[in-house]
Amino acid sequence: MLRYFLIRLGQSLALMFGVLLLVFMMLRVTGDPAALMLPREASAAEIEAFRERMGFNRPIIVQFVDFLSKAVVGDFGESLHFRTPAMTLVTQRLPATVELAATGLLFAVLIGVPIGMMGGLKPGSAADSLARLLALMGQSIPNFWLAMLMILFFGVQLRWFPTFGRGAWNSVVMPAFVLGLPVMGQIVRLTRSTVLEIRSEDFVRTAYSKGLEPPVIYLKHILRNASIPIISVIGVQFGYMLGGSIYIETIFAWPGMGQLLQLAIGWRDFPLVQAIAIFTSTVVIALNLLTDLVYAIIDPRIRYGF
Amino acid sequence: MASETSPRPADSLLDIQRTWWDRLAFIGRLLWRDKGGMLGLFLFLLVVFSAVFAPWIAPHDPLEQVMEDSKMPPAWSVGGSWEHPLGTDTLGRDIFSRIIYGSRVSLTVGFFGVLIAGTLGMIIGAIAGYLGGRVDSVITNTVNLVLSLPYLLFVVFIAAIFGRSLLNVILIFGITDAPIFARVTRGEVLKIRESGYVESARCAGASWARIVFDHIMPNLIGPLITLATFEMSAMIFYEAGLGFLGLSVPPSVPSWGNMLAAGRQYLTSYPWIATFPGVAIMITSLGMNLLGDWLRDVLDPRLRRARK
Repeated sequence: MLRYFLIRLGQSLALMFGVLLLVFMMLRVTGDPAALMLPREASAAEIEAFRERMGFNRPIIVQFVDFLSKAVVGDFGESLHFRTPAMTLVTQRLPATVELAATGLLFAVLIGVPIGMMGGLKPGSAADSLARLLALMGQSIPNFWLAMLMILFFGVQLRWFPTFGRGAWNSVVMPAFVLGLPVMGQIVRLTRSTVLEIRSEDFVRTAYSKGLEPPVIYLKHILRNASIPIISVIGVQFGYMLGGSIYIETIFAWPGMGQLLQLAIGWRDFPLVQAIAIFTSTVVIALNLLTDLVYAIIDPRIRYGF
Repeated sequence: MASETSPRPADSLLDIQRTWWDRLAFIGRLLWRDKGGMLGLFLFLLVVFSAVFAPWIAPHDPLEQVMEDSKMPPAWSVGGSWEHPLGTDTLGRDIFSRIIYGSRVSLTVGFFGVLIAGTLGMIIGAIAGYLGGRVDSVITNTVNLVLSLPYLLFVVFIAAIFGRSLLNVILIFGITDAPIFARVTRGEVLKIRESGYVESARCAGASWARIVFDHIMPNLIGPLITLATFEMSAMIFYEAGLGFLGLSVPPSVPSWGNMLAAGRQYLTSYPWIATFPGVAIMITSLGMNLLGDWLRDVLDPRLRRARK
């Protein structure tokens, strides 16, 4: 177990280093980071002064070492727009994004798992058709487009929910629903196919022949075994939702990291963009590490593989 | 002649006595039986058709601005006319024509993105799967770690740096999507390499090239075509998303994402401007997902039985 943990920890740290290197290189790959960050009408003198201030005129290795040594203590420079430390701006926005992603995930699991299970238990039934339809819808409907339609219908016409911002208790409903929709589709699909597989396993047949009640079999024998792949997908999806909420947060003006990213790109505030990319990646990498550890505790086959 | 007197069992694509025509007819019958697959193929062909024949189908020039016709609602609502079936945008451009032309951007990004990602991924995955050992463990670990990163965030980040152009969008998707193809290729190569028929080919003295090209490659095609369909659908989706954030093709190009972005500003006053491009994305995505589901079932006979 310890060995597995250390290997995974080492991999996560290596990936973190890869992310830092990637972000560092990306900002410099177009040749001139100063030109990237300043408005087009900036004069040559302004550009030169900016280079001096940001340290872009030093040798690239020196810049990278400086970048790394600051990165380990969470210092990603100042936002060009706000003139305050970029990291503080990002962490201030974390709670809103986590609230949105967690609500969306909760919705996706609460709807997705039961429906997927009903579909998998009785393939070909009406419940199964519903499950397959939901899975397909989740995959095919562009959620940023559905968000706009929902704003029009439930927000403007019916006035059930606020159309933007984070305030009243029900302001999270619409953004969480659309953010969770593709994830729900995936969970339905995965639950359905896993349950379909487990349903015909020997131990399920044994359980039936022992005379156990079907509900007991469904919950104790089928759902329990199906939960392992579902949990791992939930962990991965939560990470994707933290990073992928940019459209939904933009549409609903939800004050999270995604909206900040969209604004920062508009301002060409690349120190802020960089801080968001690195911070979100760190959270996602940490979450994945945690998921894998929980997974190894639940399922001993994984840790003994190492 | 013999085929008329001795009927063959009709459940195998791999029956070597069959001609290509027989196989095509067999696939056609399977497709006919699966109504979802039929619908998917129809929707997909519809999009391809409108992309290829855009200049002949579109009633107007997608860039032509007629200010006196601007903000016209769709034909079936009050104030609309069949001159502009889906209405016009704020600059008086015909939305129906722009959607037809927009399919060109989506399909170009999807097709070339998948081509690049598939080629890169197949090479990397095949190397990992065939060589095994240290090379394999390095490649596999790297691929798994890269795939665990928040994908969309990095696509947005990279697109913001490189600026808006069709080539940039294709390259971004082509490169960032390669790890998925690498992972699937590696898994399949490993499975095939250990299989009985490769072993017997090796025992029979088949050369390295013959094993790879005659035995491994044909068995890789099925899973990779299925994956390519799903990935193409995903890329069309993400391209529209990037366009929506103003990070895809230049604003002058009619694309579904750009239309959504432009329509969003007038969502409450002129809702049709943003509604119809979204329908186009949904139709394309639905078609490709249905087609992908069907391909997966057909190309993998084990699944075909499980589904019934």
